[in-house]
Amino acid sequence: MTDSTLPASNVPHDGTDAEARPVFATERKILGIGVSAWPGILAPIATGIIALAAWEMIVRINNVPTYILPGPLLIAQTLVTDWGTLSGALWITLRITFAALIAAVTIGVALAVVFTQSKWLEKSLFPYAVVLQVTPVVSIAPLIIIWVGDINLSLLICAWIVAFFPILSNTILGLNSADHNLVNLFQLYGATRWQTMRYLKLPAALPYFLGGLKISGGLALIGAVVAEFVAGSGGNASGLAYRILEASYQLKIPRMFAALVMISASGIAIFLVTSYVAHLLLRRWHESAVKREN
Amino acid sequence: MTASPVSLSQGRQPPLVAVRRVSKQFANGTLAVRDVDLDLAAGEFVSLLGPSGCGKSTLLRMVAGLGEPSAGSIDWPTAPHDASGRPSRDLGFVFQDPTLMPWATALGNVTMPLVLKHVNKGEANARAAEMLALVGLRGFEKAYPRELSGGMKMRVSIARALVTHPRILLMDEPFAALDEITRHKLNDDLLRLWEDQKFTAVFVTHSVFESVYLSQRIVVMAARSGRVMADLTVDAPYPRDDLFRTSAEYAHLCRVASETLKKAIAQ
Repeated sequence: MTDSTLPASNVPHDGTDAEARPVFATERKILGIGVSAWPGILAPIATGIIALAAWEMIVRINNVPTYILPGPLLIAQTLVTDWGTLSGALWITLRITFAALIAAVTIGVALAVVFTQSKWLEKSLFPYAVVLQVTPVVSIAPLIIIWVGDINLSLLICAWIVAFFPILSNTILGLNSADHNLVNLFQLYGATRWQTMRYLKLPAALPYFLGGLKISGGLALIGAVVAEFVAGSGGNASGLAYRILEASYQLKIPRMFAALVMISASGIAIFLVTSYVAHLLLRRWHESAVKREN
Repeated sequence: MTASPVSLSQGRQPPLVAVRRVSKQFANGTLAVRDVDLDLAAGEFVSLLGPSGCGKSTLLRMVAGLGEPSAGSIDWPTAPHDASGRPSRDLGFVFQDPTLMPWATALGNVTMPLVLKHVNKGEANARAAEMLALVGLRGFEKAYPRELSGGMKMRVSIARALVTHPRILLMDEPFAALDEITRHKLNDDLLRLWEDQKFTAVFVTHSVFESVYLSQRIVVMAARSGRVMADLTVDAPYPRDDLFRTSAEYAHLCRVASETLKKAIAQ
């Protein structure tokens, strides 16, 4: 195929339109992160270090007993010495968190797809999804534990109840927000429901789904911890929440703080991972993830 | 190269699309199209010219099969019909906005109609790349819509509409949002594609100059009533270029079309 035989390609380029090439930003990088991004990373780290130093100083100057408020250094030390117990507990909590999150994603997305296929199903079932969402999980966790019997499954269900709603409601919103003209175009080409779902509605819903995932990741952890607290009195669970309860009974306050630090760190890690996944999936095309030069 | 004159194809051959006494009333009571009769002959370039709200877009969408007429019929006499009597319309459609999928590359967008028709991936990609080259976007296959200018996005949209080699290309004010320089260039490229690919072109516009420059025939529609007020023949040979754009003939044709439109609006 030669250029000259084609009608549009032998148009002299007059610099108006088709001559432009996409320009991508290039920036000097340190450790793979752009120079302009570093202040945004360093500022919160500096704030944290200053706050921790102040905390340590206050505790030392006032000789605050460790069973009231341990200093950050002691907490760090406890984190190291109790790592064996705590990391096992962390692993159990995280396992429930991730299982709940996976269930929330699967069931949330599946329900959203079903709801957009049938308005009646959505109208009949969505209110009950809301009911599930607004009922405090602490209040129904004991019931679930009694009914289900198996403690791990109960915890999983509790965490799932808390985590699934943002995914469901966001995905429904996303599936319904596909460009109307594109829906028409798919209709013109005789696309089946499945094709419209796969090639149009699911990709259009992706940014909304990922927004829901970011919220649900944190909520799954909270749900898991809260349910462990409720179940903790039963003595079966040995997740991080149970370790916190146990430490508080034994007045091992530094260990309590260490477990708390681990929960916070996990929550932050989950948020960072889900944010990064969202960034990777959207960076080429979605406004929220696109790098701007102005 | 000149396409066959309108009178010839209207005379003996059945039209590609026959619009018969079509009216469209929306649920809110608005009568958008009233009693329109219109034949679209194979291979011709027709413009539907009229002010905003005259029903020209509604008519175009009904021809495409997006929305049924409230009364009358739109037939495709020469098209094959399926078991339930629906014609296989075999058309391409270009909206006023480029209407691209932002998550897909230019190539991905142009491939879409072929993917929906289960054309295998290799062939679909090859055909889409060829079409992108035809609309002047060689080398932009991997660019995402947000990386393209307004005019380039519209080129992708046209490539997508033509990738199935449809018999008819329906365009709903496709260049209305573009600047004049880009619009002129796209007009020229559209004419080249039409002469090369030999599809029937139906072009909805509110620009007298654009309709005269492009078409063999201008169907003038009037505001509100949604009726066809005049059917003008533009008897100027193709290829048309900047010389035509600045000729006395063009100026004269524009004056005639403009006066017809003015009369149509006044009624």
